[in-house]
Amino acid sequence: MARKIKLRIWRGSAKEGSLHDVEVDANEGEVVLDVIHRVQATKINDLAVRWNCKAGKCGSCSMEINGKPRLACMTQMANFEEGETITITPLRAFPVIKDLVTDVSFNYQKAMEVPAFEPPADLKPGQARMAQVDVDRSQEFRKCIECFLCQDTCHVIRDHEENKKKFAGPRFFIRLAELDMHPLDILRNRKKTAQEEHGLGMCNITKCCTEVCPEHIRITDNAIIPMKERVVDVKYDPVRWLGSKIRRREEIS
Amino acid sequence: MALTTGVFSSGRAELQERTLRTDRWWLQPLITVLVLLSFVVYATFRAFEGKNYFAEPLISPFYSPCLSTECVDGASLIGQPFGKIVLFGLTLSPALFILVFPLGFRLTCYYYRKAYYRSFWQSPPACAVAEPHKKYTGETRAPLILQNGHRWFFYIGLLFNILLTIDAVLAFRDAEKHWGHMSVGTLVLLANATLLWLYSASCHTCRHTIGGRLKNFSKHPVRYKAWTVVSKLNHYHPNFAWVSLFGVAFADLYVRLVAAGTITNFYFF
Ligand code: SF4
Ligand code: SF4
Ligand code: FES
Ligand code: FES
Repeated sequence: MARKIKLRIWRGSAKEGSLHDVEVDANEGEVVLDVIHRVQATKINDLAVRWNCKAGKCGSCSMEINGKPRLACMTQMANFEEGETITITPLRAFPVIKDLVTDVSFNYQKAMEVPAFEPPADLKPGQARMAQVDVDRSQEFRKCIECFLCQDTCHVIRDHEENKKKFAGPRFFIRLAELDMHPLDILRNRKKTAQEEHGLGMCNITKCCTEVCPEHIRITDNAIIPMKERVVDVKYDPVRWLGSKIRRREEIS
Repeated sequence: MALTTGVFSSGRAELQERTLRTDRWWLQPLITVLVLLSFVVYATFRAFEGKNYFAEPLISPFYSPCLSTECVDGASLIGQPFGKIVLFGLTLSPALFILVFPLGFRLTCYYYRKAYYRSFWQSPPACAVAEPHKKYTGETRAPLILQNGHRWFFYIGLLFNILLTIDAVLAFRDAEKHWGHMSVGTLVLLANATLLWLYSASCHTCRHTIGGRLKNFSKHPVRYKAWTVVSKLNHYHPNFAWVSLFGVAFADLYVRLVAAGTITNFYFF
């Protein structure tokens, strides 16, 4: 059965914008993205919204719903109370292009700054052999759909525009961790550069990235904190440092 | 406060609200502040009190090991290397000689960091709620860069766990030091020691040291196994952090009540 829904949708550009009230029907079983599409079809025909899969797998429909960074296609209308006004805004950490669409190119820039996977030079194609237990940890991070909800929520850049230069963000900390934990990656100094160039030390492990990740990747516990500990090994632990000078260790610093 | 950075930066969606969250996001940080403050107030009072911390065979975890010559008879398990120290006319209580270690352990704990950064420092108070600070450098410079020393407090914490476990074992005696007895106090000290071990075992540094730092688990099957166990415990680290904190406070309170004669330590046998 259809019910009437009250929405407040943000409309505007990088220069100005505001919230607009709209009323629209919602049917049983629908998600927020369905309702936005109905607004587009029946009320505001030029409303800009980005989406693709409607299955929580492409990461396009990231927006903020009642102030929380979420995927619109994975947010059930049934979550909201009868008569509740639902506020929908674009991601608030990135510049607006139009209406609900933001410019997330910051993230692509940061992606390029992470040095790629580097296998041993003599490893021929098809010859890589790895034990499953050695790649389990890295595989958790491959579930990432690049929705950038974690990047949007992270207060380091959400609340401090000026930090964007020196902070890669949680999505790229899991990338760094994935590579640093990968059994066949031999690039040196990943830990050191994580701290010195990608801004790992700016993270204060307050876990908002983990809270919003739609793939339930345990970003803070399984990537950031282990990376922080690895950084301590190579940068702030004199005993480890000495040990690594005296005998060659298995790890690559 | 007129911030022009963060969510109010030019180019971002123009909105006046620091958050549009409609749930009670302030509740969690508020509870954290209240609970941690109550603990700090109680612990400070007890650390300075300097009495009612020992009632043969029970010793309060705030005062163990008791290292100063001010310690009451029988309370010092590993000697009394420190003499009487008077500061500003106040004799330092034996608790103050050791306080820095458990305090430092908890202050640098990854979980407590999250808890107090959010609740006390409001950085951020909750997810997608703008923080009130103009500048933010995280843990990149002094003093917060010292958080990287957590592992040293972890190692010292293990020594404390051993001593507090010995205290619990010694509590299988009666007030005349005869073995083979058990009282409510024995259980209290045992529970406290167990919770502290769980807190340490679930620590992120423990997880890293025991196996997390390896690149190839397959070459270290024993450490891998240990890592999987610690990882499971690690999932509950926040729970252990709170329960063990209450455990310490409760064990201290129990010993205080017994030592002050307010209650008698009931012996099962
Ligand atoms: S845990 Fe770190 S990376 Fe994740 S949101 Fe918080 S500050 Fe950002
Ligand atoms: S880590 Fe999670 S929240 Fe971040 S981009 Fe990937 S899927 Fe999205
Ligand atoms: S439309 Fe693909 S994740 Fe929502
Ligand atoms: S004690 Fe909490 S992380 Fe180490």
